[in-house]
Amino acid sequence: MPTDELQTLLEALLFASDSPLSLSLLVETTGAEPIAVAAALEALRESLDRDDRGVQLEEMGGGWILVTREKHAPFIKKLLQGKRKSRLSRASLETLAIVAYKQPVTRPEIESIRGVDSGSALATLLEREMITIRGRSDVVGRPLLYGTTVEFLSYFGLRDLKDLPRPEELKAILQAREAEVEAEPLFPEMALRPAAEPPPAPSEEPAETGGESR
Amino acid sequence: MSTPPGRPSVEIKLEKFEGPLDLLLHLISRDEIDIYDIPISHITQQFLRYLEMMRLLDLEVSGEFLVMAASLMRIKARLLLPQPTPGEEDEPDPREELVQRLLEYRQYKEAAEGLREREEKRRDRFERGQVPDESEAGPLPLASVSLFALLDALDRVLSRLPERNVLEMTGEAYDIEDKMGLLLQRARRAGRLSFTLLLEECRSRIEAIVTLLALLELLKMTRLRVEQDTPFGEIWVEPAPDPGSEPEAAGAEPGETPTEATRSRVRRKRPAAGATEETGDANG
Repeated sequence: MPTDELQTLLEALLFASDSPLSLSLLVETTGAEPIAVAAALEALRESLDRDDRGVQLEEMGGGWILVTREKHAPFIKKLLQGKRKSRLSRASLETLAIVAYKQPVTRPEIESIRGVDSGSALATLLEREMITIRGRSDVVGRPLLYGTTVEFLSYFGLRDLKDLPRPEELKAILQAREAEVEAEPLFPEMALRPAAEPPPAPSEEPAETGGESR
Repeated sequence: MSTPPGRPSVEIKLEKFEGPLDLLLHLISRDEIDIYDIPISHITQQFLRYLEMMRLLDLEVSGEFLVMAASLMRIKARLLLPQPTPGEEDEPDPREELVQRLLEYRQYKEAAEGLREREEKRRDRFERGQVPDESEAGPLPLASVSLFALLDALDRVLSRLPERNVLEMTGEAYDIEDKMGLLLQRARRAGRLSFTLLLEECRSRIEAIVTLLALLELLKMTRLRVEQDTPFGEIWVEPAPDPGSEPEAAGAEPGETPTEATRSRVRRKRPAAGATEETGDANG
């Protein structure tokens, strides 16, 4: 299949889907080579950006998805008239953060970190399909183990779990703040991290090619 | 997010805390406390003050807060105890465990804030399939309520109202006109009545039904109106805006005739004197 044709085909497939399409699914559907699909996706992304089209191609939730641009958000919100899923509550976000970093994790573990009952937060997260039950722990009582879902990644626009700020980084940030108060590092193994809080620079990684297969 | 200094005795600014650890972190950052060297006495005092405030404001103080208060006091007590052998420092700092918990919790709290930022950014990029159907997208502000919605609400309440298994008192008759007067009076006094509440106050199904009939009657007479903020939300009963000085002799208006008809049907129990006269006039 010529590259241009593959690109428009991919655009059509992506347009028809409201959730991210994985590379393997796109390969299977188009019958093209993974490398060709990856290259066409990258070309599509570039062309959408170059022409400043109304949608952009993004990689999140283990796949590719067309989404609108941030600058159009006010108009789309107007169109939707506030009819959207609500944001997650703070309790849910805290619980979700613990699940995301510690998964698979049990409810007692979550509650011992948060210091409060987290049953309703877990129920909300399960209902919104941000987390799922991964099985049971081997400890006494065999409590359920929770982990995050693909929907979780899509909801936050994360490519994969590695896209989360790593706990080590969190620790380093905390530690950098502590250092201002007292010079005793709590996590000495992390001391080699730069102490300064990095400015939010999205493209720090060396020119990443989008075609990473996963 | 620290509260501004000054006027501490007056200021009651309670942010919502997720739990005792969250409150402790708040106090630590507000009072610029070194987390590795927490003045337990001070922090315990502040913690208890907040609990007191929560109680004063009638906020629910969950058990977790009380457990934390207890362990703070335990730590405080242990710090007050003299070291068994002053030279040796075998005893670990009784605050150690608390500090570790706070640090761990704070780490995830920050992670949650990070997620919040991602959420905000992601919510500005829309994928397909977000636009609701035209039919759902109509304007929301105070749509008028259909009769069906009223009846649905009645049905919901009726299904909750137990038909009490007591001796039937035959003498207990509810009069629609009495109810109408009562409703009008109450709506005017309160400005706004919850429809659900109105029905839930009723002691029996028959009273609920009479209340509904009275309400319908008043709606037809445009003395009252009903509104609903959201679909399936609470239905509010309000006095209709007064069109100038309303003429009391409403019976003469042609629009009122169906009302009269209903009224006479209703009157079977105890005809109100005024109504009889009006009807008599109209007939004569």
